[in-house]
Order: sequence, then C-alpha cells, then structure tokens
Amino acid sequence: MAQAPVDRTGYRGASKRGFWAWINRRLPVDTFLRSQLLEYYAPKNFNIWYFFGSLALAVLVLQLLTGIYLTMFYKVGAATSFDSVEFIMREVPFGWLIRYLHSTGASVFFIVVYLHMYRSLLYGSYKAPRELLWLFGMIIYLTLMAEAFLGYVLPWGNMSYWAATVIINLFGTIPGIGPALVEWIRGDYGVADATLNRFFSLHVVAVPLVLLLLVALHLVALHEVGSNNPDGVEIKDRKDAKGRPLDGIPFHPYYTVKDIVGVCVLLVALAIVVFFVPTLGDLFLEKANFEPANPLSTPDPISPSWYFTPYYAILRAVPDQRIGALLMLIAVVSFFFLPWLDRSPVRSMRYRGWISRVFLALFSIAFLVLMYLGMQPAQEPYVTLARIFAVPYFLYFWLMPWYSRIDRVKPVPERVTYHG
Amino acid sequence: MSEVGALTDHPQPEIDEGRRKFLTVATGVTAAVGAVVAAVPFVASWTPSERARALGAPVEVDLSKLQTGQMITPTWRLKPIYIVRRDQAMVDKLPQNDGRLKDPKSHSSTQPDYARNEMRSRRADLLVLIGICTHLGCLPKQFFDAGDPVLGADWPGGFRCPCHGSRFDLAGRVFDGSPASTNLVVPPYSFRDQNTLIIGLDSPQPKGAS
Repeated sequence: MAQAPVDRTGYRGASKRGFWAWINRRLPVDTFLRSQLLEYYAPKNFNIWYFFGSLALAVLVLQLLTGIYLTMFYKVGAATSFDSVEFIMREVPFGWLIRYLHSTGASVFFIVVYLHMYRSLLYGSYKAPRELLWLFGMIIYLTLMAEAFLGYVLPWGNMSYWAATVIINLFGTIPGIGPALVEWIRGDYGVADATLNRFFSLHVVAVPLVLLLLVALHLVALHEVGSNNPDGVEIKDRKDAKGRPLDGIPFHPYYTVKDIVGVCVLLVALAIVVFFVPTLGDLFLEKANFEPANPLSTPDPISPSWYFTPYYAILRAVPDQRIGALLMLIAVVSFFFLPWLDRSPVRSMRYRGWISRVFLALFSIAFLVLMYLGMQPAQEPYVTLARIFAVPYFLYFWLMPWYSRIDRVKPVPERVTYHG
Repeated sequence: MSEVGALTDHPQPEIDEGRRKFLTVATGVTAAVGAVVAAVPFVASWTPSERARALGAPVEVDLSKLQTGQMITPTWRLKPIYIVRRDQAMVDKLPQNDGRLKDPKSHSSTQPDYARNEMRSRRADLLVLIGICTHLGCLPKQFFDAGDPVLGADWPGGFRCPCHGSRFDLAGRVFDGSPASTNLVVPPYSFRDQNTLIIGLDSPQPKGAS
C-alpha cells in the first residue's frame, strides 16, 4: 500500500495520483478541510457554554429536514391549512412525530440561541475583533424571530391568526406609511388567505435561504477571527515555532467529537419533550391554536410564543402604542450596539469587577422576569412589574459605556486557565 | 517569450480614464434604475388583489331587529363592525367620561367628519365602530353594564380589549391608562332608510345607480 505521507494530524494528505488527487486539482477539498478543521485552532479551555453554536447548527438541520417533510403534506390556504395540519397529526404515518419535532425544534432553537448569545455576554465575545461576528449573529437572531413567527401562522389556528394580526399591526404604528404598509403586508383588509399564502412562501423558501447565507457568513467571520474563550485571552497572541497557537487545539478531531456528544444530549432532551410533553404545558404549542382561525373571536388571554414574551411585556407596559412599539424595537436592537457600548479593557466576566457582574445579573433576572410577565394577562400587578423590570433591562445596555469603564478589573492571565 | 514581447510591443491605445470612469458610473446608475423599476411589479403584487377589493365592497345591514342595549357584529372588509343601539341613559352619560379619556373630542382619532362629535355617530341611538382595538388589532369585548365586577365600580360601561387591556367607552373613546392611544375607528357609513345601514359608503347612492 503506497500511501501518501501521513501528516501531523493523522489525516491523509492529497496524493499526487489517483481519483482523490484528480478531484483536488479541480476542487480544493483537502485544502479546505485542512484550513477549516485540521489546522483551525480553537482554544483549549472551552466549557459547557461553547456547545451551543454547534447545537444551533444541529437544530437548523433538524428544522430543514422536518420542514421539508411537513411541506410534502401541508396544504396552504385559509380553507385547507388547519385541516391539513390535523391530517398530518392523525393520518400521515409518523406525521405527528415530524410535526412535533418541528414545533419543538422551534422552541429548542431559541433556547440554544439564547444560551449561545448569553455566552457572549458572559465572556465579552462581541468585543473587538469579533464585532462583525456578533452582528451577523444578531441578524441571524432577528431572521430566526421572523422565521418562527411566519411558521407559527401556518397551522392557521386561532392563535396563529391573532398573532399574525397583532404582529403585523405593529408596523401600523410607523408614522405616515403605517396603515398602507399593514395592508400591503396582509394583501387584504384583514389577515386572510393572501397573508397565509405569502407567509408560507417566505417561511419555506425566502427566509431559510437568507438564514443559510447568514449562517455561512457567521462561520466565515468566526474562522477569520477565531473563537473567544472563557478567559477572553487572545490565543493567537502566543504561538509555537510552527505558528500554532500554544493554547489552541485542532478543531477536528477534538471539538468535532465533543460537539457530537453535545448533539446526542440535545437529541435526548428533544425526544423527552416530543414524546412526553410536546406542548410543554402551553409553552411550546398553545391550546388556542388547536381550534381553527376565527376572525371574530380573540383568544383570551392572548400571548405570543415564550421566546417573544420579554419584548411583548415591554410593549404592553407602555401606555402609548407608538412609544411601546419603539421601546420594544430598542430592546431588541440594543444588542447590536454591545461591541461599542462595552468600554471595558477586559473581555471575560472572570476578570471584571462587581459593577459589571451586578449589571449582568440584574439584566439576566429582568429578562427572565419579563419573559414570565409577557405570558401573563394584561392586568395588574403584571403591567407595573413589567415597567419596573424594564428599567434594569435597558440600563444594562445604556449605562454600559459608563460602568464598564469605571469598573475595577482584575489582571488577565497571559495563557488560558482551566477550572474543575 | 518573444511572442508575448511582440504583443506588448504592439502600440497601445491611450487609456482615457475620464471616459472609462463615466462609462462605469453610467452603467452602474442605469442598472440601479433598472433594478428599482423591476422591483415595482414584485412590490405591487403584495397589494390587495382585484378579488379582495371586490369583496371589500359596501355591505347593507338590517337594523329592524336590533334592540336597545344590544350589539350586532356584521363584517365588512374582514373586519367586525360593532353596531350598538344605545338607549338615552347611555348617551346622556357620555359627557361625564370626558375627564378620563385620552382623546375626548376625537382630534387625533380616525372617523368620518359626520362622526366627529360627542356621540361619535350620525345618530345618537346608533353607534357604528370598527371592532378592532386601535392598539394592536384584537377585538374589544363588550362590557356594557356600568360598575361591571371585572372593571370596578366606577366603570361607566363600554368595551375592554382582552389582549392588552385597553378600555373604551360607549362612544368607542379610549380611557386613560390604556395601551391604545386613539379611539376606536368609525367606518364610513350611511342610512338608506331608518332601518337600513350601509357600511362603506358616506352617502347612500340612489338605487340602481351603481
């Protein structure tokens, strides 16, 4: 067996002859795998927070696969959508499984993405030189919200209908063009068949294409700057004689194998929900959506999916619709500015002082409490509580230029550290 | 090599940088204009279709069976229309609400001119509203009884939205402390005769005119 020389990572390099070499002279497969996996160095000190990027990718694949199969059985149309979803649930072999995987997958997507984002807040991963990486991630988050909302409308249950009505009407608060814009989005004088049809097209074609493009850009940007790590130490600053980061290890096989274990754990958790509690007590699928859309009856109470409720609570807390919608928009958009709001000389919370930690803790509590409040009916004391908890939410962002600068930081080690 | 040399030795025409720049910019601008124009049909395709427009034509409602204190909700353009037969006591109490309203005189609310008054209607006994909350489009529910146990002893009667808790009086005017900022919208309407309401037309057309 005359084989090409085996390289340091144990990967068989391109031989000068043979089929594989023929391919590689026409398509740089080996070069690509080498530069992006075998000789792409990730920090050695990743912890559990670093699972969620690859898990998000795994959920994306799950959603694409189950989504393609649902499209094979789903019949879009105000007269057919609801019945076709019931048909999938009751009569298509394993249709219930495919549908529950997709509906649960949507919620799991947001759990994973929220944890993935929180990792960046903990370790300052959005700071230079990873600003674009962060921005692409944030655009993915917004696109994912749009995708989830569009998909939520498709079963044409009563909650689908009213969620569509409420969300589309948010655009009506834009001064001047608002009402015309709302009519344009709906394609009718109310949410109707025309709305459902275009949402279907956007949900299964347009937005997934955009999402895939954005994920590709996110990964290209990641591989250009490299991952941050829990210490916020730049591993590229210290290299060995061959130019390899001292604190880095090749992504493959070390992190690919580790990530597969993560995917297995995720799938076990997913299976538990799908098989035992697919609606998760109204959180993942709401009761009101098991009855057909009815333009003459608003579900009481109405609340959006759990992943939107922190913003929804802020929207409701304001006794003026325009300011409410504007504050909700600011609540989402604030994340985009983090790389420039954060003036701290260190990245990771490990080396920041108590002020930054307190603000992050208050923000975390505020986010979760607002999430809870957004699920409650529009009554006291929930509205007043939402007003109170909206304050630390916004202060985390907009006082950051001040507190991140005056906060006393600890010295950052030169090399990464290991805990536990 | 000599052949390559021969090629480069060939007399080169002088490059006119200004002309090149002009052509580049002109091509780019033309393409951009073309892209914008080409977007028009795609954008316009999202506006309501001819069918949706036709189904949005005015509708007639028979009022002869509507009793005082009752509400009927026919639909017009996919929107529920609230038609309430108010009694004299309900109308008389309306001015008392003024101090608790965001827009008592309907200055910043949407209604035809003939409904920009205290009762927000053409006729005092008949309230006609688009039954869609001006906050985010849910359907306000009827709470016509004054002092309703859910809404408190000082509740004068009106509507409350189940989604975000906006409250409106019996003229569709929004109360302070509601997330909605404007009064419920009054659609264009007119009467063909005492008991026939036409929703969607400001004045009844003579029969057969359309």
